[in-house]
Amino acid sequence: MSESVYIAGAFEHPTREAPNKSTMQLHADVAAGALEDAGVPKEAVDGYFTAGVPEMEHSLTPLMAADYLGLDVAYADSTDYGGSSYISHVGHAASAIRDGKCDVALITLAGRPRSRGQATGSGVRKLRTVQDSYERIYGTTNVTMYGMAARRHMEEYGTTSEQLAEIRAAASHHAQYNEHAMYRDPVSVEDVVESPVVADPLHLLDCCVISDGGGALLVISEDARSELDRECVEVLGHGEAPKHHDAGRIDITTTGAVESGERAFTEAGLGPEHVDYASIYDSFTITVLEAIEDLGFCKKGYGGTFVADGALRADGELPFNTDGGGLCSNHPGNRGGMTKVIEAVRQLRGETSPEVQVDADIALAHGTGGSIATRHGAATVILGTEGIS
Amino acid sequence: MDVWEPRPLPNVTPESERYWEAASNDRLLLSKCPDCDLVIHYPRARCPDCFTETEWTEASGDGRIYSYSVAERMEGWPEADLPLVVAYVELAEGPRMMTNLIGCDPDDISVGDSVSAVFISTEEDNIGIPVFRPD
Repeated sequence: MSESVYIAGAFEHPTREAPNKSTMQLHADVAAGALEDAGVPKEAVDGYFTAGVPEMEHSLTPLMAADYLGLDVAYADSTDYGGSSYISHVGHAASAIRDGKCDVALITLAGRPRSRGQATGSGVRKLRTVQDSYERIYGTTNVTMYGMAARRHMEEYGTTSEQLAEIRAAASHHAQYNEHAMYRDPVSVEDVVESPVVADPLHLLDCCVISDGGGALLVISEDARSELDRECVEVLGHGEAPKHHDAGRIDITTTGAVESGERAFTEAGLGPEHVDYASIYDSFTITVLEAIEDLGFCKKGYGGTFVADGALRADGELPFNTDGGGLCSNHPGNRGGMTKVIEAVRQLRGETSPEVQVDADIALAHGTGGSIATRHGAATVILGTEGIS
Repeated sequence: MDVWEPRPLPNVTPESERYWEAASNDRLLLSKCPDCDLVIHYPRARCPDCFTETEWTEASGDGRIYSYSVAERMEGWPEADLPLVVAYVELAEGPRMMTNLIGCDPDDISVGDSVSAVFISTEEDNIGIPVFRPD
């Protein structure tokens, strides 16, 4: 059995709109919050993990961020899969700790797309990558990409807009109990399918919020754990998979969760049937549907039926995103992986809203970063209450 | 759609210039691996399966709609060309390529419909843009 690794601190910035703060200021806010939550002094941090700061292209993260935050670390990693990066970072931090590279790893995310005035997935973006010349020139946006995935899933498996809408409805049911959620009013399946079409077949309420904010995590070794008087959660398994266009053989109904989930479950020695609570990255409703199928919570193609039966509600078979998720609560920096881990930690510590608190010993957090219809980084972590392993 | 601009032009590289130039002459080129026979889009100098150096092969221009999505609005897109239909077309040669569907009412198209390549000229002599029209 390899060394146990723990998440000792988790902090989500309460803001959803921060016009009077800088992005780096938010990084510092959440770093301080996670350290305070863990009861760990700043000087103990010897590992640092973050991904690109969206408005600072080619900014040499993590150098720039370590400089700003005054971190003096022995190990750093800036793996960037988009929104799922921070779920990967938990796994990378655990590996670095088990390798003896560091003992106290800080992971931070912050972003301000709402204050910076980013419209909902519209407008041609600057061409940066080799693939942009074959994709973005055609006016691809995040929402049209996910719209294509939804249409193909509907075509192959008979999934309906109403089934996708239940994913938003379940998230909104949870969000009403989160005082920080951006949208707290519950919505019905009808509300979702009657909301304006953004990229057919996806409606406005199939899309996540655009919010400012951030979050941070503190991942620590057994030695560091022994010095803390604080309930921690254990990192039981991690897996990731960059999935891509594959020279033109891409299947947009299936995600890298097939591989990342299997890798994480194998490492944890667990299966989908053991998961009491799941945080599933919800950039769009279709993102959740494909992920729960690919993680093995239901058979491929049966996600629509599974969710329509109320499985994702707090009292359902697979309670998900009890904070309201990216669909209703928060999607800081357009990157939803961090808040997925934070809510999983809250569930295991019994700190989420009482109305949606689950009796959870095993939680999963999963991210789909990038674009489901071109290339994305799938990342999965499995967490447990302390001692469960 | 007479000319591609003001839509964005591709960044042309030594690796891709032949692809874009062929499109300016109404031809769709693909990469093909002489060793493992993989047909590749977007074009690459080495096969992403086996790293053998690829050769060019000309596509028939025939394909079927693998999936599509429709945007009613798009900043920076010519009004006359909205709604915008973004699609993956599965080429007869195999690869699924991102493109636009033109000359169609989005209500009249379906996954699986057959389509053919057409080429839009740009203000650059050596760059054409392949798009598809339902048959």
